Amino acid sequence: MRFKGTANYVATDDLMLAVNAAITLERPLLVKGEPGTGKTRLAIEVSQALDLPLLEWHIKSTTKAQQGLYEYDAVSRLRDSQLGDPRVHDISNYIVKGMLWQALTADRPVVLLIDEVDKADIEFPNDLLRELDRMEFYVYETKELIQARHRPIVFITSNNEKELPDAFLRRCFFHYIRFPDKDTMERIVDVHFPGIKKMLLREALEVFFEVRDVPGMKKKPSTSELLDWLKLLLAEDISPEALRSKDRKAIIPPLHGALLKNEQDVHLFERLIFMARHNR
Amino acid sequence: MLAGFFLKLKDHKIPVSIKEYLMLIEGMKKRVISPSIDEFYYLARATLVKDESNYDKFDRAFGEFFKGIEALAGATVDVPLEWLVKQVELNLSPEEKALIEALGGWEKLMEEFKKRLEEQKGRHQGGSKWIGTGGTSPFGAYGYNPEGIRIGQDRSRNRSAVKVWDAREYRNLDDSVELGTRNIKVALRRLRRFARDGAPEELDLDTTIHKTAKNAGLLDLHMRPERHNAVKVLMFLDIGGSMDDHIKLCQELFSATKTEFKHLEYYYFHNCLYDFVWKDNRRRHGERTRTWDIMHKYGHDYKLIFVGDATMSPYEVLQPGGSIEYHNEEAGAVWMQRILDVYHKAVWLNPEPEEIWPYRQSISILRDIMGGRMYPTTIEGIERAMRVLTKG
Repeated sequence: MRFKGTANYVATDDLMLAVNAAITLERPLLVKGEPGTGKTRLAIEVSQALDLPLLEWHIKSTTKAQQGLYEYDAVSRLRDSQLGDPRVHDISNYIVKGMLWQALTADRPVVLLIDEVDKADIEFPNDLLRELDRMEFYVYETKELIQARHRPIVFITSNNEKELPDAFLRRCFFHYIRFPDKDTMERIVDVHFPGIKKMLLREALEVFFEVRDVPGMKKKPSTSELLDWLKLLLAEDISPEALRSKDRKAIIPPLHGALLKNEQDVHLFERLIFMARHNR
Repeated sequence: MLAGFFLKLKDHKIPVSIKEYLMLIEGMKKRVISPSIDEFYYLARATLVKDESNYDKFDRAFGEFFKGIEALAGATVDVPLEWLVKQVELNLSPEEKALIEALGGWEKLMEEFKKRLEEQKGRHQGGSKWIGTGGTSPFGAYGYNPEGIRIGQDRSRNRSAVKVWDAREYRNLDDSVELGTRNIKVALRRLRRFARDGAPEELDLDTTIHKTAKNAGLLDLHMRPERHNAVKVLMFLDIGGSMDDHIKLCQELFSATKTEFKHLEYYYFHNCLYDFVWKDNRRRHGERTRTWDIMHKYGHDYKLIFVGDATMSPYEVLQPGGSIEYHNEEAGAVWMQRILDVYHKAVWLNPEPEEIWPYRQSISILRDIMGGRMYPTTIEGIERAMRVLTKG
């Protein structure tokens, strides 16, 4: 099994190598990068390219590691016991399998995505150490040991909101998705909008990187925002000239709402452009 | 050979462990990569480096360690040099070519150029620019300039093996001084302490089972409040005067603290703590709060954080009437001691670099008063401070 990128995902050499190393050595791959650079996308694309089922485990601030393994639904068992349901005698009826359990016991290898691991509590990764290392865990309620039939390919994404513990990092491969340069960006756009007008693309990219270069921006626009913006530009059929218009009234690029997600950024950008025009 | 590489990384203060080293060897054994130094670089980086801020350190260590090996492979300078010769030749008129011959020929010129190139590498002026500056100057001496910058650009497209790590693209990610609010928040998170209070919303399983059993099996549900961060923080910020240099840092620290703690009270003071503090800097002379009132209002389970450069005349701390704001009846040191007696958990964060502390008398005095609990406003310093605050 080797991952070579897909028709609609542009993977750089180092990213491909990191993915392949993670697949061959059966270790989780931790992916970091600016928001919107395709961290989550990567797992989806790998599962498609290798034709493996994808299991997604989205982490929230309240997620516990145990929920990925299994949960014991004590309340419904208590309720059933009062209703005299015969199911109540078998505790395994009340064990709800988590994503990790499903991934370990699947008939074929699967791709498991643990999305935004940094959203959870700071201790969360530590609680998963043994499970990710040995790919097994113990169910206390039924006294059985769940072991991996096939080791899943695990992708973990992080937005860097919290530091991850060293012990956890040591068990992973790590890849930082850099913000794509102009060439890569053109390839990415090409994949998503084949046949986009060359002129429009060039102008749009110019504006996009210009916006990214504005100093003091709170939230820089990223790849996914560029793609959204291009989609809008195409839908509205905006001409390349409009993007570069020297018109004094059109101060900021059309449909900027797709790029700038923070009103302070919009103000900052307006001010800078105004100053630039003023000096001219 | 790889053990040497591993130790080199350790020397560069990259946190690597034996486990990761073994993983790298396993990867090589299983032939994850083809025998190419580029792929080895990627694999080594993915296995050994776990934080993008260490990428630059890794690039440097890698470059240093594999310098000899590249030279053997001959990939370093040969390719671009040949190319350079061609490029230069293209730009020359026949007369100029004759001139070069007279000066000792291409060989000598290139030798010189190569030397410069090596030199520049030694000083780590990575990126594509150094070829430009390095390239033009030796040629300039001979009286022509074959568009040095273009040479640099074209060479980077001509990806030779060295390029990847010599480019050191992650340079600005390795910046231990940079203090974004997110980093501060991570550091402040150490101070979290969870407690259950407020409305009961979460099912308390243990109590429910217990009560149900007591209730002869009749379901008796029990709820409990969710866990919240219950840490209480009282913050005093020095404002004005010598603190003007540190405004940005303090703003970042302040905004990080504000979002991180539910119970945060903050007051401003100037240079040292006296009998008054205030909440609004514009009305500092009108609306002031007596320090006594603060000590009575907030319980001693509050954790105290001072932020200030502690840079002033020693009189301002030690003498009654030393304050530059007004005449204070009691010395700053007395007030400091008083508030420290109430709040046992206290730290002082100082934006001045730690190295200069011993040279400023007032810093030493306040540090003594704080019992040594003064920390620099770097991530590492804040972490140390938070550790002190959480202990016990």
